[in-house]
Amino acid sequence: MSLVSSAHGGAAAHALSHQELRNWLLFVLSVVAIFALQPSTPIRQLDFWLPLFSLSLSTIVWAATTPAPNRAALRDALALGGVLVVMLASRHLEPLAGLWGRAQAPSPIGAAIVAVAVAGAAFALHNYFTPKATSLAILTVTMLGLLIALKFAPATQALSAGFRWMQGQSIAQASAIDVQWLGFSYLAFRLVHVIRERATGKLPALSLREFITYAVFFPTLIAGPIDRAERFVKDLRAGFTFNADDLAEGARRIAWGLFKKFVLADTLALIALNEVNATQSHSGFWTWVMVYAFALRIFLDFSGYTDIAIGVARAFGVKLPENFSRPYLKPNLTQFWNSWHMTLAQWFRAYYFNPLTRALRQRGWAAPIIIAIAQISTMLLIGLWHAITPNFAIWGLWHGVGLFVHNRWAEWTKSHPLLPSRSAALQQVASAAGTLLTFHYVALGWVWFAVSDTSTALGVLQSLIGWQR
Amino acid sequence: MRHTWRALMRLALKAALMVLAVNIAFALLNPVPALGRLSAYHVLLPPRLRLPFGETPERAYNLSLFDLNAMFASHAIAAPKAKDEFRVVLLGDSSTWGFLLRPEDTLSGLLNAMQLRTADGRRVCVYNLGYPIMSLAKDLLILRQAMSHQPDLVIWLVTLESFPASAQLTHPLVQRNPEAMHALTIAYHLRSIADQARFTHASFIERTFWGQRRALADWLRLQLYGVLWAATGIDQYYPESYEPAQRDLDPTLEWKGFHPPQLPEDALAFDVLEAGAQLAREGGAEFMLVNEPILISQGRNSDLRYNFFYPRWAYDTYRQRLAERARQQRWHYLDAWNLVPPSEFTNSAVHLTPRGSQLLAEQLAAWLSALPLKGSERR
Repeated sequence: MSLVSSAHGGAAAHALSHQELRNWLLFVLSVVAIFALQPSTPIRQLDFWLPLFSLSLSTIVWAATTPAPNRAALRDALALGGVLVVMLASRHLEPLAGLWGRAQAPSPIGAAIVAVAVAGAAFALHNYFTPKATSLAILTVTMLGLLIALKFAPATQALSAGFRWMQGQSIAQASAIDVQWLGFSYLAFRLVHVIRERATGKLPALSLREFITYAVFFPTLIAGPIDRAERFVKDLRAGFTFNADDLAEGARRIAWGLFKKFVLADTLALIALNEVNATQSHSGFWTWVMVYAFALRIFLDFSGYTDIAIGVARAFGVKLPENFSRPYLKPNLTQFWNSWHMTLAQWFRAYYFNPLTRALRQRGWAAPIIIAIAQISTMLLIGLWHAITPNFAIWGLWHGVGLFVHNRWAEWTKSHPLLPSRSAALQQVASAAGTLLTFHYVALGWVWFAVSDTSTALGVLQSLIGWQR
Repeated sequence: MRHTWRALMRLALKAALMVLAVNIAFALLNPVPALGRLSAYHVLLPPRLRLPFGETPERAYNLSLFDLNAMFASHAIAAPKAKDEFRVVLLGDSSTWGFLLRPEDTLSGLLNAMQLRTADGRRVCVYNLGYPIMSLAKDLLILRQAMSHQPDLVIWLVTLESFPASAQLTHPLVQRNPEAMHALTIAYHLRSIADQARFTHASFIERTFWGQRRALADWLRLQLYGVLWAATGIDQYYPESYEPAQRDLDPTLEWKGFHPPQLPEDALAFDVLEAGAQLAREGGAEFMLVNEPILISQGRNSDLRYNFFYPRWAYDTYRQRLAERARQQRWHYLDAWNLVPPSEFTNSAVHLTPRGSQLLAEQLAAWLSALPLKGSERR
């Protein structure tokens, strides 16, 4: 940093100060946000411990994946500790304590013990352990284990019982909805990404501050997108001054996102298919309307959040990856999944689909079988990532089978073209028909997504095709 | 596109000025009443069979709003009147609206199912304009709006709880329509409510786009919930169970601050009732009055009170005066107060079960057919 500032004189020094200020601001805002946005839970103090666990996990993973001793680590750790002390103190000191609720003030000693234990583990990992495949694998499995525990209701309920027992609360009242761990899914994806990239040696060395900012970056806590660490850190390290361009572009994206989410999506939510109205509708036509409303609502809601996240980040000079690219206008399911929740699809492609297909190919399996297994299992996992329930599994299979069928169709039509290649008009008609078909395939898939009960979903599908329920 | 801080400031200033201009224009032009007449109902959506009302919109697919234009535009009565139609409107409280009743089990639903015809062959079409508030002034306000839809007969179902002069103007539906209510007060010399200057007159800020955001959102939600009304036929929340109307009663004899035998004539808003009758007749409609059924309890202290609402002395005095007023004014009058047995009430002393509603509908149909007007008979 000092070389940069001396090389570019006063103006560069000014830019550097903006950059440093921005990076510290993002770091502090992200750490504070993970506490502030964490939903309260019936389990006492859990809304403090869960964010602390997120930060602890991030710190441990940073320590395990950072190869060389990092001189800034002590400074960053002290800063992190400072913010944590403020967050802890805010639960004990008026008037801030009132915001959290009386039962939400954890013991400072308990918090200190956890912080010291995490710091000790991180210090040990950082200084005395060379990252090895085994230790990285253990961290990956831990992360995935936690993810499964949070997505599988009986396991989450057991987790709730454990937390309740530790807090001296009634275990009998343990419920899966007690444990709402803000942004853990996205955190887990980011941490697994870092671990995997470290294993392959592609990950640049990140400071603790950069790493924590990346892992719990506040605009992306709730709904992504899932950025890549090496790309994210490039933005943090690039020269930056607060400027009107970034602010204008950020504000435009935020305004558009707010409109999509709070005007369009929330309005459509009134008539979108849901658990209750799914069983009440007696008209196939109006059920179609409800399904369309759900399809549009989920897109506008999710992409609205993404726009807001991208806009907020952009105002700080961070260019997050896009997550949606007009998915409902794509002419086939493969292109749909290349434009819907793109960063999630890319994550699964990088860390599940590609390794699996490579492994199966090495065994000499036939291509169609490899594609079937890889596509269907990938989509099944994406479905189960939402929650481990039959309907999400069916939703995943629905898309997996759809992708496989499209893949085979695309292969077949390569050797058996259905349309004369020179007929642009026919190609356009075919493309429009493909878009319509793809949208409806996706929309019908949302039925499994919108209701949690399989028989209700089947009833809705029957109603849509005109069968009496 | 390159931006400068100065350009951004200019943009923000322009945006602020535009927002200000739109708000001022909105306040001056007041487009809400005109907007209320725009409706997806009758065009894209089937009309509602009762006026919009609902405290839990997400479960009822219905909501309470205060824009009478929007309320009527969503209602079946907004359809053009057919040549062979004998149009009957029912006014009243939650009992007429049909609390806990499916649309087909309400009084209007049951009367329509009977497919009545007048002596000259016209189809009797009954429209439910009940609204779940106990206030005659509210009924009068609704009747004023209903008269533009050419009713041939107005049937007003009333009960004592709607009569206290002091409670006529308290509901937001009345408060939020001060001009119409004020016009009625002046036109019909409504002494019982004239001195209750408690109308909410919107300030300039409240008339801006920002100030009207709730009214606009309600209008939009009314259109949207029409989709679920069309899909499900549901327009109110039907709980799986409810607390039955109280049968064992407190021994108190007090009613609205009055004690036996003092129930002053001016404490009851008979002038509002008379205004309604006059309004109906001025519009060329027949007028009929029904004293709606009440729960006559047989539980503890039922010798003192009929039900949760009424001490016997107060209700008896009211009944006597209502009958007397109907006789004086030569109104068609049906006193159905004891028509329905106690077992046919639901969660209130005036809310009927489908069977209770059927009893009232049969009585009303028989009474209609005996009336010396255009006549009605079952097919």
